[in-house]
Amino acid sequence: MDALLHQVLAGLATGGIYASMALALVMIYQATHLVNFAQGELAMFSTYIAWSLIEAGMPYWAAFFLTVGFSFVLGVVIERVVIRPVEHAPVLAVVVVFIALLVILNSVTGWIYTFTIKTFPSPFPEQPLFGNKYMSSHEIGAICVTMVVLVLLYAFFRYTPLGLAMRAAAQNPESSRLVGIRVGWMLALGWGLAAAIGSVAGMMVAPIVFLDPNMMGGVLLYAFAAALIGGIDSPGGAVFGGFLVGVLENVLGAFVIGNELKLAVALVLIIGVLTVRPSGFFGKVHVTRV
Amino acid sequence: MAFLEATNLHAAYGQTRVLHGMNFAMDEGTITTLLGANGAGKTTTLRALCGMVRTEGQIQFAGQRVDGRATEDIVRLGIAHVPDGRGTFVNLTTEENLRLGAYTRKDRDNVEPDLERIYGYFPRLKERRAQQAGTLSGGEQQMLAVSRALMLRPKLMLLDEPSFGLAPLIVKELFGILRAVNEKERVSMLVVEQNAAMALNLADRAYVIETGRVVLSGLSADIRKDDAVRRAYLGY
Amino acid sequence: MKKSALIGYAVLLAIACALPFLVSEYRTFQFTLVLVYSIALLGLNILTGYNGQISLGHGAFYAIGAYVAAILMDKAGFPYWATIPLAGAVCLVAGFLFGLPALRLEGLYLALATFALGVSLPQLLKYHHLEGWTGGVQGIVITKPDAPEFLASLGLTLNQDQWLYFFTLAVTLVMFLLAWNLLRGRIGRAMMAIRDNHVAAEAMGVNNAMVKSLTFGVSAMFTGVAGALGAIAIQFVAPDSFNIFLSLTFLIGMVIGGVASISGALYGALFIQFVPNVADEISKAAPWAIFGLFLLGFTYLMPLGIAGAIRMGLARLTRKAHNSQPVENMIRPHSPKEENP
Repeated sequence: MDALLHQVLAGLATGGIYASMALALVMIYQATHLVNFAQGELAMFSTYIAWSLIEAGMPYWAAFFLTVGFSFVLGVVIERVVIRPVEHAPVLAVVVVFIALLVILNSVTGWIYTFTIKTFPSPFPEQPLFGNKYMSSHEIGAICVTMVVLVLLYAFFRYTPLGLAMRAAAQNPESSRLVGIRVGWMLALGWGLAAAIGSVAGMMVAPIVFLDPNMMGGVLLYAFAAALIGGIDSPGGAVFGGFLVGVLENVLGAFVIGNELKLAVALVLIIGVLTVRPSGFFGKVHVTRV
Repeated sequence: MAFLEATNLHAAYGQTRVLHGMNFAMDEGTITTLLGANGAGKTTTLRALCGMVRTEGQIQFAGQRVDGRATEDIVRLGIAHVPDGRGTFVNLTTEENLRLGAYTRKDRDNVEPDLERIYGYFPRLKERRAQQAGTLSGGEQQMLAVSRALMLRPKLMLLDEPSFGLAPLIVKELFGILRAVNEKERVSMLVVEQNAAMALNLADRAYVIETGRVVLSGLSADIRKDDAVRRAYLGY
Repeated sequence: MKKSALIGYAVLLAIACALPFLVSEYRTFQFTLVLVYSIALLGLNILTGYNGQISLGHGAFYAIGAYVAAILMDKAGFPYWATIPLAGAVCLVAGFLFGLPALRLEGLYLALATFALGVSLPQLLKYHHLEGWTGGVQGIVITKPDAPEFLASLGLTLNQDQWLYFFTLAVTLVMFLLAWNLLRGRIGRAMMAIRDNHVAAEAMGVNNAMVKSLTFGVSAMFTGVAGALGAIAIQFVAPDSFNIFLSLTFLIGMVIGGVASISGALYGALFIQFVPNVADEISKAAPWAIFGLFLLGFTYLMPLGIAGAIRMGLARLTRKAHNSQPVENMIRPHSPKEENP
């Protein structure tokens, strides 16, 4: 029972990270109906930037916020420069561009930083909180950071005029133009936010899986599974899906299929959801027009 | 110089030309109606004025050329378009829809009083302010669309078939409010309509369009009285 | 086929046959791999270029073909040449089976599902319950075949690399002929109809489900055959060589060579085989950065790939102007203003 509880709690911690990444994916999907295959590499690249800052002597939280800001700008730039030309292109062209982004980010990171694994510090203490034996301080801290990010995002979209404009632009670009919203910039902002969220996810996961250019591959897969389970156009669903996938991964990995096939869990979930219930738990069913 | 003037306006969707050299104008503070059968190009005309289709020719608004400019920029000059199909943000609440109408306004302090004024015109919208806009009835959504345009404090409103799908009584109520807004707040209006009778009652001037060209123009009072014209162009 | 094209292909074939005698053994080996990749790319192109189903996980079929060959040779003592059709058959079935659930997935969603397959592939291959067959993390080593004896009796001595090259060349010719025949026939037209407008295709009487699943199967078969040939050439299969980057390499090769083009498979194969060699001199990470940049460049500037560029160039040279019909681009840039009401 103890072991199960431990796995569930650890699953919630990684689940929070998956939830953040899934949320980033859903944000971009809602605004553009595109799946951002490069989301993981963006997050990974940002985490390396943070690492550089910390190595240069910057205190953790300063580096953290600077990285988040940098990631935001990077996301905006990528949307305006790389994605915008193919916004209305056939699907294959879009996929190709995303893959290109993925491999460029991956290889440039490897070029600059080499492929040797590095350690990434956690801002949270080594000792478990209150000496508990279920969760490390980092795991608790990661959940807290995730929750803060989610709450801030929710408040932004729900209560600010800019958040409202972004929601409008994602739902109905034409009507948005009619009220003067610059839809193109809303998309860029969406990318910026998604990149920023991804950087937080990366910095939270790096202490656990260690920093290397390929660290986000698995995380991205789980995030995809989470987003699909929750409904690829439902932010709330993405969050729910993230935590669910985190717990499933850990519990199934520890007790059912063994740790080496954990990625297969994501694969099965993805294919399962796509074939059985493509709209996920909370998403809308789509009718394709001819 | 007229308040709004289109000179030799052509418009096309892809390779298909829809407007062929339209010429029309309106003065500030008036209501003008664009009449014509289905497919005549009425909706396209409004979309052309907003920069939503590819155009050739000149469009002047309040002394500035607006042809070729982006929709978002034209809106910021004070033109509010109530589109064909209403363009409601169906997943947002009624009030969120209205607030979006005021998105570009610089005078933030006046937004709240304007909101209350709109609720005054349309009490049913106030009742449903927190409701998801997609759940409103057709008539209510039309009122919402008009209200959203009013929240912009526009100088010019473009309305695309505001009577579409509404019961006659509701249309009367709506047009009454439009008249009131036009008189009290000096908002100019260009109304596209298929319901010629009601439109001619509302408007000062009328243009009749046929296959992308203006075929008739005049004071609506005159057109209303001219049986031959009415029967030939408006079918009644 | 036009006479000029026939002559062109004959020349190409002659060069191909002369090659192993003109270059070093290592180069011959590299060209063998070019042939292998061209078959793989042809497979991917059949699915994605001609039928519009995007696969980011085709490395899986390559891996299956490779492992089938390796296991048959290592555990069952099959001769190398017999493993090729068997690998093809296994992959044909596997592809068809995968194609069935894929029927319900469009565009991005299929890309996503195949991406997931590609990422999780190494883990699946390392699964310890299968270790008895797959050799686990260490993989399987294969012995390189020698040239058959009857050739020696004809006075022709070929070393292993040369023989393998010719064997692969023969298989490549067969596969290309197969593809060419398939694509210009009824099924090929049905495939393309589905790609361009699947609802209209169904309305015109095409059995979408059947054609799409079959296409998946055929595409997998091609790539599986390539995998088997590749395994024999490299003499080694191991899980980590079949990671997501293999699938992405195929995607890149297809795009650069030319989508929906048979000759594109060859150009793409040359690209993915030789560019990394050159790029490696610069840095270990450079090949992928270059791949990515080329991908972006081609997407924006040369959407039809090398094959398309050559085709257009030739057309301009021979002044066979394509009258008023514009060549279809991979990107159709248009602003929202041009959308229909």
